[in-house]
Amino acid sequence: MIWLSWRQFRTQAIVAGGVLAALAIVMLATGFSLAHLYQTSGLPGCQAKDICHDALVVFTSDLRGSVYEFVFYIAAGLIYLVPALIGAFWGAPLVAREAETGTIRLAWSQSVSRSRWLIVKVAMLGLTAMTMAGLLSLMLYWWSQPAYQAAKLAAPDTGLSISRLTPLLFGTNGVAPLGYAAFAFAAGLTASVLIKRTLPAMAVTLAVVASVLIAWPNWVRPHLITPVHSAVALQASAIKGLGISNNTMTVITAAIKPGAWVLSDQAVNSAGLPFAARPPQVCLSHSFQDCANAILALHLKEAISFEPASRFWALQGYETGAYLLIAVLLAAACTWWVNRRRLA
Amino acid sequence: MASRPATRPSSRGLVSSLRTPRTYAGLSIADHLKLGKHMNPGWDAAVAEDRISRLGLDPKQKAGKLSGGQRAQLALTLAIAKRPEVLILDEPIASLDPLARREFLQMLMEVTAEHELSVVMSSHLVSDLERICDYMIVLVSSRIQVAGEVETLLATHHQVTGPRRDPAQLPADWQVVSASHTDRQSTLLVRSDTPIVEPGHTVDQIGLEDLVLAYLTQANRPAASNSKTLEAQR
Repeated sequence: MIWLSWRQFRTQAIVAGGVLAALAIVMLATGFSLAHLYQTSGLPGCQAKDICHDALVVFTSDLRGSVYEFVFYIAAGLIYLVPALIGAFWGAPLVAREAETGTIRLAWSQSVSRSRWLIVKVAMLGLTAMTMAGLLSLMLYWWSQPAYQAAKLAAPDTGLSISRLTPLLFGTNGVAPLGYAAFAFAAGLTASVLIKRTLPAMAVTLAVVASVLIAWPNWVRPHLITPVHSAVALQASAIKGLGISNNTMTVITAAIKPGAWVLSDQAVNSAGLPFAARPPQVCLSHSFQDCANAILALHLKEAISFEPASRFWALQGYETGAYLLIAVLLAAACTWWVNRRRLA
Repeated sequence: MASRPATRPSSRGLVSSLRTPRTYAGLSIADHLKLGKHMNPGWDAAVAEDRISRLGLDPKQKAGKLSGGQRAQLALTLAIAKRPEVLILDEPIASLDPLARREFLQMLMEVTAEHELSVVMSSHLVSDLERICDYMIVLVSSRIQVAGEVETLLATHHQVTGPRRDPAQLPADWQVVSASHTDRQSTLLVRSDTPIVEPGHTVDQIGLEDLVLAYLTQANRPAASNSKTLEAQR
């Protein structure tokens, strides 16, 4: 059974290997020069705050619009795209194509049971998918170290504000891509078993995987671990702007939480409700500074809900675990279904 | 047949090769034999290779490039190399042209004799079955209409033609399968275990196809039903 699975998967595996190899060449070629750029930027080991700042500004402007930025977006995009493609091109045709061409009857009339037929195939393709996602994640991790290192040194105002907890970058880091790949493959397999026709199964897989990957950071990830809620006295430095309309003023705040994922951030009054009140007179005529002082005199609080940077691996663990669990449940359901139902 | 299709293969013995055997278009003949070897514990590689060389096929050829008849023969080779005791074929020749059909049945006869296996096959092609089958069951809507050794069936069915007569006055041991009447003459298909000696009548042998058709027509007469299947056993 392993022989047949490999014989049928061979071409796809070679294509996948080729894509990985091509990307690896690009990553290696640009990765070393990016590391060199970082080493010579004066950032590593800089002591004085202003020297660091200046070096960072130069390094950041070197990156902006460069080939490095381009390679980064390509690689990060691939980490999201590859699971979807794996689901559509490996998962969706797995049973459907054989059912369409009728070869499933040949496969299922051998001495190997249907369950074993499916389990061997799913294990081989699923593990390859996860390996591929893992390699992509590792490559990008190695490649982007200089950028993340620089971002750690960055003061918030230099503009290099990449953090691996931000919703988009979280999914390109760590082990989460393995979970996405496993889930997407299992979703494709499920569509394959239920729909039994290749093209519709592929379309459904793409739609489902894209929806889940897009919805997840907004609706699920914040609930994996209850966010930290903090309410501190509103500082002048946290006031980023003011909104005045219909004689009602709101305060726009921006917390400085390096590396954290800030879910919500607002100025609240003593009752804990979002601040919205008649603007003090100074805010209508005087400078922003005077207005800010008047706001501080109201003794507002800044309520922040966030996932601190230290939770990166815990969040990765829960997220990957959740995706893997869904994948295993889907695959198990498919095995049961294939055993029970008549597909061809 | 039970309502649940018997497609589940047991470790040895029962093999089912369903309607129009399919092969992997992208795999070569040699790949198919390897597939069989890897997926069947009792695989007889010598039998498989011998079959392929006797068919004059190049093992390197892709199954997608084979003719329909050759593909069917490849699928049959796969089924036989498992060394089954019983082979179940569901309309194996329905999609083949007449020559390929004859070659397929020829091969089936050969392997049945060589490997001492039993074949249960379903088919609508009665004339082909007549040549190869020992035992036949005629099914209409899952109901058995007639069953028996082909030779016995042929020996006990007669077409009796004579002057028109009242069906109620026929001999008691005649079982009339079908009857057609004109003004002056009656043509009856009669099943009778004893030889028919009826003065003033001609008694003719009947072919298997006419026999089956008579039973199918008879079954369809009382209540309309359009699905009909024949089962034959060698």
